[in-house]
Amino acid sequence: MSTRVQTQGRLINRNRPVSFKFNGALMKGYQGDTLASALLANDQMLMGRSFKYHRPRGVVASGSEEPNALVNLGEGNRFEPNQRATTTEIFHGLTATSQNHWPSLEYDVGVVNNLLSRFLSAGFYYKMFIHPRPFWKHIYEPFIRHSAGLGKAPDAEARDEDRYEHFYAFTDVLVIGGGVAGLQSALTAARAGAKVLLLEQTAHLGGRAPVDGGTIDGLSPEAWVEKARAELDAMPNAQIRTRTMGAGVYDHGYVLGYERLTDHAPEVAGPRHRLWRIRAAQIITATGAIERPLSFAGNDIPGVMLASAVRDYLVNYGVSPGDRTVVVTNNDDAYRTAIALVQAGLKVPAILDARPKGGGALMDEAKALGIRVETGAAAVKVKGAKRVHSVCRGVQAGEGEVLEEIFCDAVAMSGGWSPVVHLWSHCGGKLTWDADQAAFRPDHDRAPTSHDGNPFVIASGAADGAFHLKDVLQNAANAGKTAAGRVGVEEADSAAPSGDAPDEAPLVPVWMMPQGAQKKLRMKAWLDYQNDVKVSDVQLAAQEGFESVEHTKRYTTLGMATDQGKLSNINGLATLAHALDEEIPRVGTTTFRPPYTPISMGAIAGEARGEIFQPIRKTPMHAWHEANGAHWEPVGHWRRPYAFPKSGESVHDAVKREVLATRNSLGLLDASTLGKIIVKGPDAGRFLDMLYTNMMSTLKPGKCRYGLMCTENGFLTDDGVVARIDENTFLCHTTTGGADRIHAHMEEWLQTEWWDWKVWTVNATEQFAQVAVVGPNARKLLEKLGGMDVSKEALAFMEWKDGTLGGFPVRAYRISFSGELSYEIAVPANLGRAFWDKLIEAGKEWDITLYGTEALHIMRAEKGFIMIGDETDGTVIPQDLGLDWAISKKKDDYIGKRAQARSHMTDPKRWKLVGLETLDGSVLKDGAYAIAEGTNENGQTNTQGRVTSTYHSPTLNKGIAMGLVLNGPDRMGEVISFTNGGEPAKKARIVSPVFFDPEGEKQNV
Amino acid sequence: MSDVALALGGASFDGLVKIEELAGQGMVTLRGDLTDKAIVKVVKDVFGVTLPGIRETVFAGSTGALWMSPDEALLLCSYDDAQAKADDLATKLADSHALVVNVSDARAVFQLKGSMMREVIAKLAPVDMSPDAFKPGMVRRTRMAQVAAAFWMDDASTARVVCFRSVAAYMFALLSTAADDASAVNHFTR
Repeated sequence: MSTRVQTQGRLINRNRPVSFKFNGALMKGYQGDTLASALLANDQMLMGRSFKYHRPRGVVASGSEEPNALVNLGEGNRFEPNQRATTTEIFHGLTATSQNHWPSLEYDVGVVNNLLSRFLSAGFYYKMFIHPRPFWKHIYEPFIRHSAGLGKAPDAEARDEDRYEHFYAFTDVLVIGGGVAGLQSALTAARAGAKVLLLEQTAHLGGRAPVDGGTIDGLSPEAWVEKARAELDAMPNAQIRTRTMGAGVYDHGYVLGYERLTDHAPEVAGPRHRLWRIRAAQIITATGAIERPLSFAGNDIPGVMLASAVRDYLVNYGVSPGDRTVVVTNNDDAYRTAIALVQAGLKVPAILDARPKGGGALMDEAKALGIRVETGAAAVKVKGAKRVHSVCRGVQAGEGEVLEEIFCDAVAMSGGWSPVVHLWSHCGGKLTWDADQAAFRPDHDRAPTSHDGNPFVIASGAADGAFHLKDVLQNAANAGKTAAGRVGVEEADSAAPSGDAPDEAPLVPVWMMPQGAQKKLRMKAWLDYQNDVKVSDVQLAAQEGFESVEHTKRYTTLGMATDQGKLSNINGLATLAHALDEEIPRVGTTTFRPPYTPISMGAIAGEARGEIFQPIRKTPMHAWHEANGAHWEPVGHWRRPYAFPKSGESVHDAVKREVLATRNSLGLLDASTLGKIIVKGPDAGRFLDMLYTNMMSTLKPGKCRYGLMCTENGFLTDDGVVARIDENTFLCHTTTGGADRIHAHMEEWLQTEWWDWKVWTVNATEQFAQVAVVGPNARKLLEKLGGMDVSKEALAFMEWKDGTLGGFPVRAYRISFSGELSYEIAVPANLGRAFWDKLIEAGKEWDITLYGTEALHIMRAEKGFIMIGDETDGTVIPQDLGLDWAISKKKDDYIGKRAQARSHMTDPKRWKLVGLETLDGSVLKDGAYAIAEGTNENGQTNTQGRVTSTYHSPTLNKGIAMGLVLNGPDRMGEVISFTNGGEPAKKARIVSPVFFDPEGEKQNV
Repeated sequence: MSDVALALGGASFDGLVKIEELAGQGMVTLRGDLTDKAIVKVVKDVFGVTLPGIRETVFAGSTGALWMSPDEALLLCSYDDAQAKADDLATKLADSHALVVNVSDARAVFQLKGSMMREVIAKLAPVDMSPDAFKPGMVRRTRMAQVAAAFWMDDASTARVVCFRSVAAYMFALLSTAADDASAVNHFTR
């Protein structure tokens, strides 16, 4: 059984017990424990079930590479699935449950999948679920959903209680990894004067060195780490952040760091995670190395662990995975585990070393401690179900004959070490195969390059393939010196402290144990624990013709789980290479993509939640609208009142009231959101002639003209009224949602195409509050305020004038989007609310009525005015809408002109705008299609048009609509049928889109 | 006009820094060639300042100029003077190719005061806020979280942040969140 031992445990505080719950059972650990070490201390070796076969699984690693020990962490609003027990620091009251089991972790019915495993081989999903089609929905999907999947999704009603934030940081040198290599690189670069930021994903500096031993400048690694930390802390140009993972490396030295502030102490106030958005001139990846499992039968039985993990649990947390541990290895490093176990008073029945001659100094040390060493040996298989029972020893050169059964309760395995090249590779760093160490390591000649073509990532220490302590430190110092040189500080001293550790004999690559293992052994030799991919699956994929490692990955799901194959990748591709009779470097690796390990969605969202989820733009009159019961509608980032229902009044009734009151007397609309872009310069007229389809350069100062804007592809993109302010200056109104977009559109053309034209633009949208005063009594209201002449003679339709009204400085435009007598009055934004209040007060005698966007829409539809976004959807050209009158024939060019001459654009069969009136006066459904004869090749009913706007018109007291119809304008009076599916078709007559006051008599008074 | 109707009526918050919505600030946008001698001279005449270099500010008492882009400057003066100065500038630049617009009402201005000012801004703007990279005399026209913003420093622990008026409430809530007492990063102050 696994248990706490009385010695060791450098990271735990035995004076601070911590209680937590696992699957409902109360357990005890110590401050400093990870959930994995605490579970082991409580003899909870079984931590989860595998994805496909629901096999019992225990923890296999001790760090972020862990594939098995994933738990559901927390409850309710703090519930999170798929959390690695190995990187979860425990705290009082932590609750965790195991995943992917039913009904319980100990007794799982899904394990029956085990018996079906021969049917769940590589490519199972592809082979099985193609036919028959209906089976997918009714049989396969429910089955897979029930039996597969790892953690549970959080409850749909749960809301994350925590806060998150971002932080932008800039540094000369970013060091990722706080082991001895990272510390040495940081020291070298910082001593030379570079600004250095060091990120360490765990709570502790030093990485593996304190566990692995040796000396640095005569000090224990732990003492040297403390000294290095103290020196960095004292330097104003260096900073260390622990519990902060370098998650991803991106273009031009951009790096995401993931800081976990309160995961280990949820009672502490403040943000839970902080996403560091870092720009670094140089990045040093001191990310260490990950030990590889060995592929032998039963290598997934709980109790089989990486040798380094066994050592970590013992030294760091004072936890032994078992009383008797068999070590299986192809290298010297694993001997350290055997030595540490024996020195702690535990038993190591045997070391099975696959190398014919065994190892070097460490082997001698182990032998001197009395440990039995078998060379040329193999673990043929591990026996046990929920726990290791024994190891069957054979010879590595053989095919699996069992020579001896060694009883034990844990197995420490080591297949050698792979540098963590993920962050080196994220942005295009290439790898080279190091045959001596049987590992891919960074190819220095093919580093990721920045905007200037120069490299910006440097690997350091074990991440660069330097495994021996003395090599690690020199390599790290060199990396620091290179970084300092590239950021242009003074030349760094590449002197490194001297590391001392026993010399190691070379490893012998072992990709299958024993090398000639029979099929029934290979079918139990796991490559990818989390996704249940075995040696036999990869071999089958190769046999079926999958030669590319990327294809094999997807076919077998190797490396596709939440651990992204940190343990399985190299073994998997070596197995593939072997099966294909290829060299390993020719098969290559799959792509390393960020993040290194999953980061929380909360960290990505940062501060953006609740009130500041999104900016909501508010006009100067917003507070009035809010206080007067506005029913809101989002328009772009603005909130505009849709209508102002009175107490007890429905929104529909309010809209109706607002339309009628405006048509009959006086209405008021907050039009502040409309875009107002000032365009000035000697070439301004010429510029606007290019932007708008109609002619703007001929507009006289003091006059207004409605204009259309198209994209280069000819499609209508915006519209609005242009006012000519003076000879050189225009003011362009845009739609509410279009202001920023159209301003950017103008600047783009000016900066990239017509850079020699003399035109300036300013987006002055927010400088003004704008109010539409609309209705037969509009003029009377303005005359009552007094100040400027607003008579027909002084200010005719489509004219503007500056002046004062009621003491306010205003610019008044005689424009109408409703068909009524209408003024739009602009005042400086800070006066907007006061002006608004004054209008309302003065308008009482005409029963002034505030109206919202829906009344605006209805009134414009009654007049047959189009609305960008209703009549247009990115596929509609002005000609479709009968707006040919607004397209200048005199101009050589405008944006969209050439596109509108394309054959499809001039096709007479393009649907054209018409008005639609139902025969029974009811309202057509928005988006309903007009039915045509016959069906298309897919058996769908043919169509001949669709509804673009549809309303109940309070003015006409019937349904009115606009729509695009085949040959519509030539079919006036014809009756066609509309449906939006599901409902019976409705008959409507094709009519003119102008339903109200076609002569425009009401607005021109 | 001392009773300018501010977007938030002068809101304030006290946390890692003290945040205050400032009273009306006169702002005039100038678009033109900032190296054109005629333009430089007229700006000096009307606002009493030279035009700033790239990402820099120039102040002379209550007036000032902020670099916004190679062909745009934001000129500062008292709120009450803005329209008159804008008109004056426009008149005097009639023969130059330039556009002058009073934008005093289009903006909201916040003051951030306190030793953690750099840190609060660095949570929101993709700007190097370290003391060697950003200091009084500089301006950044950038974004804060999801909205456009510009800011500059009045002294070592005071910054002014400008945003569009319509997003004043968002900006205030954003700054207040970033200035939460429990969220110190201690990146610039250790």
